[in-house]
Amino acid sequence: MQDFGAAFLTAFDLLIGADAALLEIIGLSLRVSITALLAAGLIGLSLGAALAVTRFPGRGFILVIVNSMMGLPPVVVGLVVYMLLSNAGPLGFLGLLYTPEAMIIAQAILILPIIAALSRQLIEDLHAEYAEQFRSFCVPTGRMMVELLWDARYSLLTVMLAGLGRAMAEVGAVIIVGGNINHLTRVMTTTIALETSKGDLALALGLGIVLLSIAIAINAGVMALNATAKRQAYA
Amino acid sequence: MRPANVVDLRGDAASDASAPGAGADLFPLVLDDVSFQAGGTVLIKGVDLTLPAQGATVIMGPNGAGKSLLLRLMHGLIAPSGGTVTWGGMPLGEAVRKRQAMVFQRPVLLRRSVAANIDFVLRLRGRADPGRRREILDHAGLAAHADQPARLLSGGEQQRLAMARALATEPDVLFMDEPTSNLDPASTLVIEEIAKAARDRGTKIIFITHDMGQARRLADDVVFVHKGKVLEHSPAETFFTQPASTEAGDYMAGKIIL
Ligand SMILES: Nc1ncnc2c1ncn2[C@@H]1O[C@H](COP(=O)(O)OP(=O)(O)OP(=O)(O)O)[C@@H](O)[C@H]1O
Ligand SMILES: [Mg+2]
Repeated sequence: MQDFGAAFLTAFDLLIGADAALLEIIGLSLRVSITALLAAGLIGLSLGAALAVTRFPGRGFILVIVNSMMGLPPVVVGLVVYMLLSNAGPLGFLGLLYTPEAMIIAQAILILPIIAALSRQLIEDLHAEYAEQFRSFCVPTGRMMVELLWDARYSLLTVMLAGLGRAMAEVGAVIIVGGNINHLTRVMTTTIALETSKGDLALALGLGIVLLSIAIAINAGVMALNATAKRQAYA
Repeated sequence: MRPANVVDLRGDAASDASAPGAGADLFPLVLDDVSFQAGGTVLIKGVDLTLPAQGATVIMGPNGAGKSLLLRLMHGLIAPSGGTVTWGGMPLGEAVRKRQAMVFQRPVLLRRSVAANIDFVLRLRGRADPGRRREILDHAGLAAHADQPARLLSGGEQQRLAMARALATEPDVLFMDEPTSNLDPASTLVIEEIAKAARDRGTKIIFITHDMGQARRLADDVVFVHKGKVLEHSPAETFFTQPASTEAGDYMAGKIIL
């Protein structure tokens, strides 16, 4: 218990003193996860919108796949990306293993199904409401996707933030493909895992507090957004 | 093609005001033995109908008669299970539908501002222009609401916006499905005035209403639908004074028809 209290105090010291090592780790975490979010968002939202407005044989099968991949275990994603990027793998020549880019790829793959599946559902519901009006106006399919994405923008931001939350919180994928190398691929979750096992609770706890604060900030942001959207009847 | 119930409208006063519009090549609208079924039930049965280019055609009939289905068949929102719908000999496709617009019973407004709802169709037709948008909103009496979220408008304002948005496509044919069913008398009149102005510019109006007064004010000819069949298609004067079918007479007298 004594240990625990001391760890807390040191953790706050690190935070208040804006410890350089701490900031570096937080910075990399944000860079990796936000980049992964942008990549997964670009692909996931397009995929979600396309699946929402089109009907083709095999669509049901694809939906089942995408939906079940929402629960992909991070370590499995890490393993697959590792095998792709390792020297013997098909993408080994890129030399990306143990770089932040590898971590971005892993996290993007991890959250892509979440963004695709949730946005597909949202846009399909909205499309059900708009479909006849769009048909009446002869809106082309591509245009339809863009307009639906725009009108679902508030709910989609919530989806994006859910993806960001998942990316920032996972440890299994980034530790495999990043390797938790100091000053290079150490992010908040991998550091917490490592420092805890080494018994250095202060840094781990400090990072834990930051992670928690970010999670709270994201959720507060989601709620504020939803309130605004509801007020304007845009949700 | 089967002989259809063609109506002579030449003696009709209301249609004199409306010149044949740019959309004359879309006419006549011919429904030839059109049927529609869903879920194993035949909902529209062997409808033969020919509509002229000018004036306003009103579709009347009891709830569940098939009026909305008929309108959607005419506009090509649903495909007939049997028979054909042609516009001036052309089959229904995007080329035809693009020149038409429809105001739905419950307006479908985009989750955007009033102005953005108009901009949407202007852009769609490749004529985005703030000046024109302002004109359209002015005309619909919505200029003061331009920046407001469309879905926070009152029911009457929403219906006016849906109407203005439909007319922003400069359609040759305007369909309206009970456009004033939830509106107060003043808002109803505003919608009717907008519809009349469009008709007088040569836009063909085809609309559904249960409002007898509105039908009398606007109709040049009336199509009476009952149980998925067109029982009667007559010039308005004839329909309101001497309906050909007993069902139509009973419907107007407020009797329950079975
Ligand atoms: N997709 C569908 N599947 C099955 N039945 C349908 C479908 N669409 C409409 N119907 C049925 O067809 C009948 C006619 O419907 P329609 O909406 O055309 O009626 P309406 O004449 O417009 O009535 P109202 O005056 O109440 O609007 C109704 O009994 C309705 O339940
Ligand atoms: Mg109806």
